[in-house]
Amino acid sequence: MIYLDNAATTKTAPEVVEAMLPYFTEMYGNPSTIYSLGSESKKAVNSARRILAESIGAKMEEIYFTAGGSESDNWAIKAAAEAYCAKGKHIIVSRIEHHAVLHTCEYLEKRGFEVTYLEVDRDGMVDPETLRKAIRPDTILISIMFANNEIGTIEPIAQLGQIAHENGILFHTDAVQAYGQLPIRVDEMNIDMLSASGHKLNGPKGIGFLYIRTGVKIGSFVHGGAQERRRRAGTENVPGIVGLGAAAKRAMERMESKTETEIALRDYLIGRLEREIPYCRLNGHRTRRLPNNVNVSFDYIEGESMLIMLDMKGICASSGSACTSGSLDPSHVLLAIGLKHEQAHGSLRITLSEENTREEMDIVVDELKQIVQRLRDMSPLYEDFIKKEKAKD
Amino acid sequence: MYSEKVMDHFQNPRNVGEIENASGVGTVGNAKCGDIMRMFLDIDENGVIRDVKFKTFGCGAAVATSSMATELVKGKTIDQAMQVTNKAVMEALDGLPPVKVHCSLLAEEAIHAALWDYAQKQGIEIEGLKKPKADISEEEPEENY
Repeated sequence: MIYLDNAATTKTAPEVVEAMLPYFTEMYGNPSTIYSLGSESKKAVNSARRILAESIGAKMEEIYFTAGGSESDNWAIKAAAEAYCAKGKHIIVSRIEHHAVLHTCEYLEKRGFEVTYLEVDRDGMVDPETLRKAIRPDTILISIMFANNEIGTIEPIAQLGQIAHENGILFHTDAVQAYGQLPIRVDEMNIDMLSASGHKLNGPKGIGFLYIRTGVKIGSFVHGGAQERRRRAGTENVPGIVGLGAAAKRAMERMESKTETEIALRDYLIGRLEREIPYCRLNGHRTRRLPNNVNVSFDYIEGESMLIMLDMKGICASSGSACTSGSLDPSHVLLAIGLKHEQAHGSLRITLSEENTREEMDIVVDELKQIVQRLRDMSPLYEDFIKKEKAKD
Repeated sequence: MYSEKVMDHFQNPRNVGEIENASGVGTVGNAKCGDIMRMFLDIDENGVIRDVKFKTFGCGAAVATSSMATELVKGKTIDQAMQVTNKAVMEALDGLPPVKVHCSLLAEEAIHAALWDYAQKQGIEIEGLKKPKADISEEEPEENY
């Protein structure tokens, strides 16, 4: 098997699993208890919290554990809306946010909030000037993702955050794809809230965190016990938290070498695809791009068919086609960067890990060449295109 | 998510291709929702479908339903082909996931569209056949699922 869907999820690293295991059967105490078994758990939770805080230049008490990226996004946006609604009811996000942000905004729109969805350019970049112009006196929150999950484009977060702060507006970023892949410093980058998830960086699923800057007065999202400084009730997912800490530590230590390996593979793969498969375009920014992200559209073919054929060759990837999203519309991100519907349907996302090899990239290109040709041979759109080309001669 | 039969027809689609100077050609679906089917019919003087070919842009289910639909109408009379419904296509494939049922409707429409084209060319009327609803040549076609 060649696994190329690391933006969907990653393999939990063996050392992460090993770090977690004792917290299931040996040190299973509830961190809120008084006896020493519970204190062991509490120590482990705080040690993970320290790792996470250091990894983004934050303070320990600014890290709140959640069940993952979606919860963090929901919490940040809904709680900020609630806390600051006396000041105004206007929120700004980009068109290419994750659904955890977009659907939360739609939820708020039904409850009297107004949301501006910023357009992006053909590479998926948010223009800081567009943001500046969208700001109103009643804007209370700006939320722009650190890097896009589909096309890998890295947004100018520090600049966008600066504009937010110049206007006294709270700035949240969904860093689910970026955290562990890119260096993040919340102070230098003017970030007030940041969402991250464990399973994107070789950590376990079902665990993530929300960074909330001291002084940001958002309320609790899950009510109950006094865990997480009374802001997120529920007995801590201790093994998950330990796993997230171990995964973050591991990701930070090897970020430089991992990035180097992945960029080399990424650019090699993009180069071969562009050179060897006709009517293929790269989606997303060529250089301001996540090290592990490749997203291309092949004209005249549909993505799900491509994914099934790749799967039959043991290759796991993903697509922005409607058929893979469970709806009739293709990816909102690909439409936002100006792709036609049929191009969006024909997209392929390959997200690498440092374990992938150049040989695997060669296999993928060789298989794709055949698959794309096979699907084009049965595509009425390709037939029309070829006839038009012939008519030109 | 797909039955073995769907996977078989996706991996080894029957009757892929074009028929030159076909008796009838129909194209249905649109790029917006991601499925386009084109059906070619070769119909002899007795009204028997001698040959049928298809081309499809779409997901696994779209390819499989097109393939199965061609199998079901090949060698049949026009009247028999008119009886090939989306349900018949689905049953022959051992079912489809709920989100893919529209693919089988598209396959039925593709047969009808090709028959409509044939009827137009011949200047005849086929009982029960209506003008195809969806065609990629129309602006913003609406699909009736």
